[in-house]
Amino acid sequence: MDNLEALTNQALKAVAEAADLRALDDVRVQYLGKKGEISALLKGLGKLSAEERPQAGALINEARDQVQAALDTRKQAMNAAALAEKLAGERVDVTLPGRGEQPGGLHPVTRTRRRIEDFFAGLGYAVSEGPEVEDDFHNFEALNIPGHHPARAMHDTFYFPDGHLLRTHTSPVQIRVMENGAPPFRIIAPGRVYRCDSDLTHTPMFHQVEGLLVDEGITFADLRGTVAAFLRAFFEVDDLAVRFRPSYFPFTEPSAEVDIGCTHCGGKGCRVCKQTGWLEVMGCGMVHPTVLKHGGVDPERYSGFAFGMGVERLAMLRYGVKDLRMFFENDVRFLAQFR
Amino acid sequence: MLIIESWLREWADPALDTESLAHQLSMAGLEVDGVTPAAPPFSGVVVGEVKTTAPHPDADKLTVCEVSDGTEVFPVVCGAPNVRAGLKVPFARVGAELPGDFRIKKAKLRGQPSLGMLCGASELGLEDLIDGLLELPADAPVGTDIREYLQLDDQIIEVDLTPNRADCLSVRGIAREVSVLNRVPFNVPAIAPVAPTIDDTFAVTVSAPEACPRYQGRVIRGIDPTAQTPLWMVERLRRSGLRPIDPVVDVTNYVLLELGQPLHAFDLGKLKGGIDVRLAQAGESLTLLDEQTVTLKDDTLVIADANGPLAMAGVMGGAASAVSDGTRDIFLECAFFAPLAIAGKARGYGLHTDSSHRFERGVDPQLQAQAMARATALILAIAGGQAGPVVEVAAEAHLPTPVPIALSAARVEAVLGLSLDAAEIADILARLGMDVVDTGADTWQVTGPSWRFDMAIEADLIEELARVHGYDRLPSRLPAIQGAAISEPETRLPARRLSDLLAARGYAEAITYTFVDPAMQAALAPELTPLALANPISSELAVMRSTLWAGLLTTAQRNLNRQISRLRLFEQGLRFVPGAGEGGGLLQEPMLAGLVFGTARPQHFDDLTDGKPRRVDFLDVKADVEALLAATGGAAVYRFEAAEQHVLHPGQCARIVRDGVEAGWLGKLHPGLAATLDLPADIYLFELRKDVITQVSVPKFSELSEYPSVRRDLALVVPEAVPAGALLESARKACDERLRDIQLFDVYQGDNIEKGHKSLALGLTFQDRSSTLGEADINLLLAGVLSQLKQEFNASLRE
Repeated sequence: MDNLEALTNQALKAVAEAADLRALDDVRVQYLGKKGEISALLKGLGKLSAEERPQAGALINEARDQVQAALDTRKQAMNAAALAEKLAGERVDVTLPGRGEQPGGLHPVTRTRRRIEDFFAGLGYAVSEGPEVEDDFHNFEALNIPGHHPARAMHDTFYFPDGHLLRTHTSPVQIRVMENGAPPFRIIAPGRVYRCDSDLTHTPMFHQVEGLLVDEGITFADLRGTVAAFLRAFFEVDDLAVRFRPSYFPFTEPSAEVDIGCTHCGGKGCRVCKQTGWLEVMGCGMVHPTVLKHGGVDPERYSGFAFGMGVERLAMLRYGVKDLRMFFENDVRFLAQFR
Repeated sequence: MLIIESWLREWADPALDTESLAHQLSMAGLEVDGVTPAAPPFSGVVVGEVKTTAPHPDADKLTVCEVSDGTEVFPVVCGAPNVRAGLKVPFARVGAELPGDFRIKKAKLRGQPSLGMLCGASELGLEDLIDGLLELPADAPVGTDIREYLQLDDQIIEVDLTPNRADCLSVRGIAREVSVLNRVPFNVPAIAPVAPTIDDTFAVTVSAPEACPRYQGRVIRGIDPTAQTPLWMVERLRRSGLRPIDPVVDVTNYVLLELGQPLHAFDLGKLKGGIDVRLAQAGESLTLLDEQTVTLKDDTLVIADANGPLAMAGVMGGAASAVSDGTRDIFLECAFFAPLAIAGKARGYGLHTDSSHRFERGVDPQLQAQAMARATALILAIAGGQAGPVVEVAAEAHLPTPVPIALSAARVEAVLGLSLDAAEIADILARLGMDVVDTGADTWQVTGPSWRFDMAIEADLIEELARVHGYDRLPSRLPAIQGAAISEPETRLPARRLSDLLAARGYAEAITYTFVDPAMQAALAPELTPLALANPISSELAVMRSTLWAGLLTTAQRNLNRQISRLRLFEQGLRFVPGAGEGGGLLQEPMLAGLVFGTARPQHFDDLTDGKPRRVDFLDVKADVEALLAATGGAAVYRFEAAEQHVLHPGQCARIVRDGVEAGWLGKLHPGLAATLDLPADIYLFELRKDVITQVSVPKFSELSEYPSVRRDLALVVPEAVPAGALLESARKACDERLRDIQLFDVYQGDNIEKGHKSLALGLTFQDRSSTLGEADINLLLAGVLSQLKQEFNASLRE
């Protein structure tokens, strides 16, 4: 009992000096184990008188708790250090490149086409597709472009020996949709089209999206509103200037060309808009009554509008692509820019 | 079409500057492509008069002149061949600034002082018509600024007209529009008929009155072959893009520009018998003005005389009967040819002329008398001569007659979404030259003018109203969504899912031309006669692809030539197979194809096999295809069969089958074909039929089992030719629904396995829905599998 304090100090010193968990456990066994030195003192309490026993017991317990606390603290510290060491060994250079496949991407034409499709899907338009090798009726006749029509000269057409042709626009899908259904119609028809023309600004194949809405009570105002809303959404410019100019397509009447304020210079005039401040982006109009009739739709009851836009043209304006031909060269360095 | 602003303003002169006028035309549907000045800026040039000339004492080709500017006389050294005393020419005085930053200074030329320069047309930024000085008329007022004298402060407006606006293919036509749009007077110059002074006529017969409902001709005799076209007319022709030729031809061209009526002048001395307007006989030949000899088709309208065709009517004259330098007597033709008779004909001979352009779109059938009078008067004024009476052959029945069109204000509102005032409707149409009859209750009967060929139905009138009212003043609204909502069937996988999946797996989407090189197409499908274009844009883009691989392999070639070492490409589009479609017709089938080359994964320092990145192989690409197929049923509905096809390596080629229907192909490019195409051999390809691989079975839920599963592994030895897929399928069939999963976890050949055999290790997982499987159940199932495989493939358990 006399040496309790010395024993305690000795135990605390041993705790502090223990080099590792095993040494620390040895210290615990030496002092607090069943046969430990402090435990032995507790066992010796029986030899004391009943008056001395409580006080002595309290002192020894206090010493034991003190040593136990030191042991716990020390053990925790050692565990923490061991963990820290282990973690340090598991360090990864987070700046190293990841392993495995990297994503590819969609062609910019597809990307643009999807934005167009998604906008119109939101307005209730379904997507329709048609054949690319077309007959003269659907590509021309039904669209009010008879054989001698001067407008045919504007459509440098690819022909096949049997008189079929590669569609020069997506407009024949209008006819096919009307032939195979009943109004109201609300469709867009995206796809490849072909013109026998190849230079800096023309490729013999390109993409259009045709739109058609036929219902009762449709007016030119609906066309204007729809086209303007689309262009503002597509270019993400709420106050984009949109103007309609009278034009001529045999399959619409009235017809219009649509210009937007130049997206490059904001309408001040630049190389892209040839100093005019305007960019021509699509053609449209009210469906010609003759075309409705060819599609089996009663023009007295129904009216409608149609529009057609060049996908590459919109993609070029949106993404700043300067050369149309790049779309079909498929250089993977070009494609990789549209992930 | 090029329109000279000053000329236009003589006919209609609104209070608008050039820019506003151009904008107004564009917004009225006459699209202005550009406005260019008649001449570039320059200053200090006046009309000068050469007073005297003398040879330069020290230079053979130079002339020393005295030139008057009206107030002073200057010494000027000139090198032009046509300089002579009395000539009036543009004179750039000292201090003048000419185009190209060229400033005229005092100079000495070979010792002779020269104070100024005499100018040729090109030195003023104009087109040289002759070699030498620009010769001004004798009455040019000396000292007048040349810009003022030649009206060079003028603009040329280029208008791109749509095919329906033939009426605007002239100064008069554009002016009429300008007058309507601005409510300013339309100043039609008085054109009085020219009374004949001789009786000479030349007989005219029209054998094809339907094609030529009106033909006018007149003889003009005794024109002066030395006459010159006046400078003002030369300038107008030049600025309109036409080359001056001789006075008679220039006048016909001038009237074409001014009124929109093509005319033709024949050399009367070269005509025989009389004029016959008829269809050509097949095989007749004609040498045209451009010296080209054409063999005529029997649908071509010609102007003929007793000797045969003289001209292709409404398209181009013939060389033999053309007016030439010595021509004194002419026969002047002014006709209305029906658009249908001319349309497409010029194109059929590879021709396109100012005349055919107008006739096929429609010339005013009431214009001929005026145009004849105008042309006659101009020819007489410029070249003299005596005009005979006009001979006209007309078939009124065949002349186009505008049809009356019923119009109602209600319909105008229904189309435009705008209620136009009845008075405005009537006013706009009347200003456009239409005959408007009020039929009461805001309805009218409207008849278009003779010059409009595009007024056939009510909608045509409504467009005119919208155009003149102004498209930008029409209302705009977003239509309400009505009717059935669109719904995509869940049984059809959207094509974009396929693209997205491949993109996520590292593929870049390509879009290649649908027409391909016939050599590539033949290399890929030698047994097929591809669909060939009649008029390909080039010999390399001449046939329609029967497989998307054509474009992808071409794309691979191009990229590999640009040192790209890894490719993962896909494309969606149609293939074209003649004879394979409905009723033996053309099949246009939507396909999805892919091409893979290079390392299996992007190069990475910690993804190496034996120190090197692993090259892609068949099974890598198969995994991509399986991922595509997984969305529509996966292994449960698709089978990969060893098969052979021309493009693919015979040992690495799979035909993919869904319920007995071919879904596509997958494999390695055939090494022989790779060599032919100059491509590396380790390219992998797949092509899938979209219609087959996008059919979705709607998922059907099955209860999850709550009982434990048990896995048993079997190592089997089979002859090496046994396909693993067949073995797995057979094992699956040998069990019932208690087989939950089957895995092939090892394939081994070599030590301890008999030669010609292989070991396949299968992991089978069993689970029952309603109870825990006992050992006896499992052994029974395994015994069934073993017995089936033994019987079918001679499989034995590996010892």
